[in-house]
Amino acid sequence: MDVLFTVPRQLLFHVGRYVLMMRSVFGRPEKWGMYWKEIMRQMDDIGIGSIVIVALISVFMGAVAAIQFLYQLDGQLIPKYYIGYIVRDLAIIESAPTITCLVLAGKVGSNMAAEIGGMRQKEHIDAMEIMGVNTAGYLMMPKLVAAMVVIPMLVVISAFVAIFGGFLASVPTGELTQPEYIRGIRSFFLPNNVNMMFVKSLVFAYILTTVSCYQGYFVKGGSIELGEASTRAVVISNILILLADYIIAVILTG
Amino acid sequence: MIRTENIFKSFDETEVLKDINITFESGKTNLIIGRSGAGKTVLLKILVGLFKPTSGTVWYDDVAFTQLDKKELRQVRMDVGMLFQGSALFDSLTVEENIRFPLDMFTNMTAAEKKNRVNEVLERVNLEGSNKKYPSETSGGMQKRVGIARAIVLNPKYLFCDEPNSGLDPKTALLIDELIQDLTYENNITTVINTHDMNSVMGIGDNIALLYLGKLVWKGNKDEVLESDNDLLQGFIFASPFLQKLRDKALNR
Repeated sequence: MDVLFTVPRQLLFHVGRYVLMMRSVFGRPEKWGMYWKEIMRQMDDIGIGSIVIVALISVFMGAVAAIQFLYQLDGQLIPKYYIGYIVRDLAIIESAPTITCLVLAGKVGSNMAAEIGGMRQKEHIDAMEIMGVNTAGYLMMPKLVAAMVVIPMLVVISAFVAIFGGFLASVPTGELTQPEYIRGIRSFFLPNNVNMMFVKSLVFAYILTTVSCYQGYFVKGGSIELGEASTRAVVISNILILLADYIIAVILTG
Repeated sequence: MIRTENIFKSFDETEVLKDINITFESGKTNLIIGRSGAGKTVLLKILVGLFKPTSGTVWYDDVAFTQLDKKELRQVRMDVGMLFQGSALFDSLTVEENIRFPLDMFTNMTAAEKKNRVNEVLERVNLEGSNKKYPSETSGGMQKRVGIARAIVLNPKYLFCDEPNSGLDPKTALLIDELIQDLTYENNITTVINTHDMNSVMGIGDNIALLYLGKLVWKGNKDEVLESDNDLLQGFIFASPFLQKLRDKALNR
């Protein structure tokens, strides 16, 4: 019976604390120059630091999608060039924004939670607070801005690489000719799908950054708790990203 | 001057501080002493605004510090410096960058002015030439001195030190104590030190407040320690048989 009250109470507590934290995050910076420097550093960390992993995952996502659909459509009356069309739309609408952000939640999100949590444990955050720094703002706002600028770029790269991955899996293997694949990726193009991709990547970037920072910022205890906070950051981000994915799909395709 | 007025602090059902009334004078080293769990750290965190008291007020001169909103609190904190027990230096920044951080964040000084100021405070804490070292490349004593340099770089009116001697050898601890005391006198700072180092108590204790189980049980200065008949104070300061012998010798008992 207790659980019935404890869980909603805990949920309300975290939502309330998150909202209050976000108010501080968007507070006026003490010094724009310092925030700018930090935004640049974070862009480098999140963007450049994630390009290789994003590209690797995306090439395989595209390749697997092509192989799977070749297998499914084999012997059917559907023209083969549809493979290019399917790989393109799958990449743009779903795999590039969603899978990339799920992977980034693991790579970047856990890193953010561990970095901020470590600073909390080593009293760095207290030291900044006592200096008069808005710590929620200084530690999170640059990460959030950097993520919301860089992650959509990574998603675009992911989409292109996934389409190229589909090409690699189907053209050199002789399953499709190059003109067929090119025809496929140029067919039935809906610009709105690209808008959906950007909306998704912005929302997911916001979720993975703020959830991870929240977990790190309020960490208590020692290294075990820090590890748990880092894991929670990834798990909660992933669940919320998938939930948001569903909601955006319902809204933007309705 | 900092003054606490009827400070109470509880965590859930546990009362950690009970009716604390202390005045920390400016231009003096004010020590809070007591055994582990006495409430020293909680009191220090209330003094710097990291904890809110359950009831009571902390006054920074004429400002009711505990009643300030976040924005006003940040303004007052420009006048506050703090040395942490673990120094709390940013690992990824060099000594110079650590000390320059408050200057970068809160002043409009030019790069040259900042460099001069950093060198000035580094010289003051006897760490000339350590600008480019990272905290991990320095000893515990050096880290404390960098922490002090960072705490004083904005010329604070109030300086807080949490266990400044913990983890240091007696000689280095003495140097840190002397440095804090000199800075306090030179700049007329209100310095509050949280310690259980007996050398600090007898060396730099201009004002001493003893906490026991969350209560203030004795106030005085280093000269009054020996003569005091407060059992809790005597039991705390002269805990070891060796120190008891020294005290008896000093008092010709």
